[in-house]
Amino acid sequence: MSPVARVQSWLDERFGWAELIAPLKHKTVPHHKLSYWYFLGGITLFLFVIQVTTGILLLLYYRPSANEAFESVQYISTQVRFGWLVRSIHSWSANLMIFTAFAHMFSVLFLRAYRKPRELTWLSGALLLFLALGFGFSGYLLPWNTLAFFATKVGTEVAGQVPVIGPWVMMFLRGGPDVTGATLTRFFGFHVAVLPGITTVLLGLHLALVQRFGISVPPRVENQWECRLNERQEMKFFPNFLLRELMAWYTALAALAVLAALFPWGLGTKADPFAPAPAGIKPEWYFLFAFQTLKLIPAKVLSIDGEVLGVLAFGAAGALWLILPLVEPKRRAGGYRAVMAFGIVAVTYIASMTVYGYLAK
Amino acid sequence: MPTEQAVRVTEPTGKKSIIPSSRRTVLKTFLGGGIVASLGSFLYPVLRYLVPPAETNLGVDSVVAATVNELRPNSAKIFRFGSRPALLIRTAEGEYQAMSATCTHLSCTVQYRKDTQQIWCACHNGIYDLNGKNLSGPPPRPLEKYQVHIQGDEIQVMRA
Amino acid sequence: MKRTLMGSTVRLNWTPGMQHTFPVRLASLFFLLLVPVALGQTRNTCLDCHSALDDPLKLTAEEFAANIHAQKGLTCASCHGGDPTSDDNAMNPKAGFRGHIDRKQIPELCGKCHSDAAYIRQYNPSLRTDQLSQYRTSVHGKKLAAGDAHVAVCTDCHSVHNIRPASDVRSSVNPLNIATTCSHCHADANYMKAYGIPTVQFADYSKSVHHEAMAVRGDLSAPTCTTCHGNHGAAPPGVATVKNVCSTCHVYQSQLFEQSPHKAAFESAGLPGCVTCHSNHAIMHPNDQMVSTEEHSICTTCHIEGDAGLVAATGIHDHLRDLELRITRSKQILDRAAESGMEVGQAQLDLIQAADALTKARVAVHGFRPDKVAQEVAAGQAVTAKTYKAGTEALRERNYRRLGLSISLLVIGATLIGLRLWIREIEN
Repeated sequence: MSPVARVQSWLDERFGWAELIAPLKHKTVPHHKLSYWYFLGGITLFLFVIQVTTGILLLLYYRPSANEAFESVQYISTQVRFGWLVRSIHSWSANLMIFTAFAHMFSVLFLRAYRKPRELTWLSGALLLFLALGFGFSGYLLPWNTLAFFATKVGTEVAGQVPVIGPWVMMFLRGGPDVTGATLTRFFGFHVAVLPGITTVLLGLHLALVQRFGISVPPRVENQWECRLNERQEMKFFPNFLLRELMAWYTALAALAVLAALFPWGLGTKADPFAPAPAGIKPEWYFLFAFQTLKLIPAKVLSIDGEVLGVLAFGAAGALWLILPLVEPKRRAGGYRAVMAFGIVAVTYIASMTVYGYLAK
Repeated sequence: MPTEQAVRVTEPTGKKSIIPSSRRTVLKTFLGGGIVASLGSFLYPVLRYLVPPAETNLGVDSVVAATVNELRPNSAKIFRFGSRPALLIRTAEGEYQAMSATCTHLSCTVQYRKDTQQIWCACHNGIYDLNGKNLSGPPPRPLEKYQVHIQGDEIQVMRA
Repeated sequence: MKRTLMGSTVRLNWTPGMQHTFPVRLASLFFLLLVPVALGQTRNTCLDCHSALDDPLKLTAEEFAANIHAQKGLTCASCHGGDPTSDDNAMNPKAGFRGHIDRKQIPELCGKCHSDAAYIRQYNPSLRTDQLSQYRTSVHGKKLAAGDAHVAVCTDCHSVHNIRPASDVRSSVNPLNIATTCSHCHADANYMKAYGIPTVQFADYSKSVHHEAMAVRGDLSAPTCTTCHGNHGAAPPGVATVKNVCSTCHVYQSQLFEQSPHKAAFESAGLPGCVTCHSNHAIMHPNDQMVSTEEHSICTTCHIEGDAGLVAATGIHDHLRDLELRITRSKQILDRAAESGMEVGQAQLDLIQAADALTKARVAVHGFRPDKVAQEVAAGQAVTAKTYKAGTEALRERNYRRLGLSISLLVIGATLIGLRLWIREIEN
């Protein structure tokens, strides 16, 4: 027996290995013009694994106290061998992951992969996106530099605008009335323990559901195939699709390497809570659309505070987004058009507001 | 539902390779070599990263400023503390004083004057005493003082 | 009822002798008594009329209330005499009314209180009381005593009714505003024609570093007119003693100068010390070329080519220029490294020490000895050597990273090609 076969036989006798991997061997992925979009989910997963790996490496040297956090990141970037690489990859991969998560979500929306029976996959996915944003928000503070400090101040203040529970939420996030070292400790706990724990569970659920129901086919392609059976194409997941996915992952790695080497992530200056806020504080790009919207809402709208209205609106939009598959109008053929329109409006709004927020002073 | 036979499946054909062996070798080199080399290029930085650097002190809260016999009485030394310069003085009586060396007026670096036994800022003639208290000239506040501990052969300076 | 007051007609609301019914009188009396209770101050009928008059007699209650004297409980009568509580006697000479006060009498009038230490102690124990005696020693005071009413008296600087403490930023004698106040006369060529002194001081001062420190940087310790000329005892410092004025702040430069060959030379030539090279009002930011043989040189004003002084000047200038160049080179390389993403924060901080050394070297210039300047410059050169090295190392590290990137991209590219080929093979 070849060595590989021997290992497989050993595993089989103890784990039922052959039975476990049998479904994988038969798993297929629909193959059509739009199947390139299927890669986005895998890329997001890959980038998440990169985040966990580089994150654990950073944990070995990072010190989560207001006194030493900045210097420890400086230490990693300048003293630790290849520390600059680990840190820059972690920062860039975070941004790329959020981008691919958004792209994956919108591709699922427009290819209508959220339809029955995949509603829970959509729900878990949307929650995973919110968790990713939480990772981004909590991680951004950890270097304890001026920009991060004030961005956190503004961001938690916005959270405090939610009616009724807002002030309590703000206190909870900040670990006190102001952004201090207590906030840093708390965000560190969120970033390395709480959020990863919840993400692991949700991600496991998300992947299990994808495995259970297989890859969805867009309705138009489905209709085409129903008419002309011989046009239907499937691709075996292992090894064909997996090899292609590997290519996508390697390309993502190349992109990360270029970004980390040519555009290293900056350090900024150490946060000074007593200094005034620098002009033009902006959050990271993935929050810009919300931030810019809140800036544009007038101070009072029909006697309701503008910011409260904005926060409530985003909350409502988020809640609606979560339950989208369940509220899709069921009227015969045209019911989904409302969802499609909503999706186009959403992606256009987010994209244009992000650009606007980036260009605005 | 389409039957299995009607569906076209992209899968390994299982056919014996029809490409010549030289091309196979090229393929094997690219793929095998590429994978091994790329894994190596990922692993090498990670392994180097795991080895801690020689200097483990971040220098934020406590720094070894000098050794015991390095400074003569009535002399001083500028050393790095955190990200700013600091001043370690050995007074004429042999005692040690440590404080920030950033003048509180316009952030020039102050110096110790042997002749007057005071701390002086050359930029606008600010004068501080040996405790860092601003005595004359434009400086509005005293220099931030640090604690000095002598541990064995080392003179450690810590934030107060 | 109409009355004629100082040539203008005024309507009064209340005249004694008007017949009113008893209830109205009672109510008016009640009101009258309430007013001082409500205002907490002595009644001031002067303002009743003068708030309605035109300039130059106009003075509203708000304007007067801003006056420090009013806030301390004094009234118009404190200076002008008369009886402010009554309408009849408000301007009665028998009640002590003086009317408009002649300029020549103003210092004595203010000094009546302000030179009385026991009196002033009741209001502000830390306020000085030597202003009048100082004024008498000043150019203004001496000329006034000789009969010239054109010179400044108290009210010209402190304002007439709008007097605020000097610590109030709105005061005309607050350090931020003093130069402007002096310039009202001293920059007016017509007004100063008879005195034969220049009127460019304010324009010159406005160009100076001292003005910039005060007005732009808000450094209240920066000098203004009164810092060097005195305020009440104002007079020019004089050629022989002006350097004492500068050395109040610029101690080290002055000490070095005293030990230099220039001290004796300037004194024997009757030159005004520091002002010789730095000017008195238009004190600009010094240029290293001032001590050189080049375009902006001041040394060549006296020194001739080949003499020891110019040799020394050239030596000093070379040292300064060398350090400045090194600092610029270090800054450039560090900026380049920082732009390409390298962490050079520590080196940039160290470079500040080199800039400090250059400042000290420029102070050492005042001893006019090249070797002393060289000493300070050497300390700076040690720092720039370190920072430049840090910059080159950062750039070397950057290139090393780019090389590593290229290698890893090659490797990844090879793997991608291999994967593509394998896919193609197993699917054919």
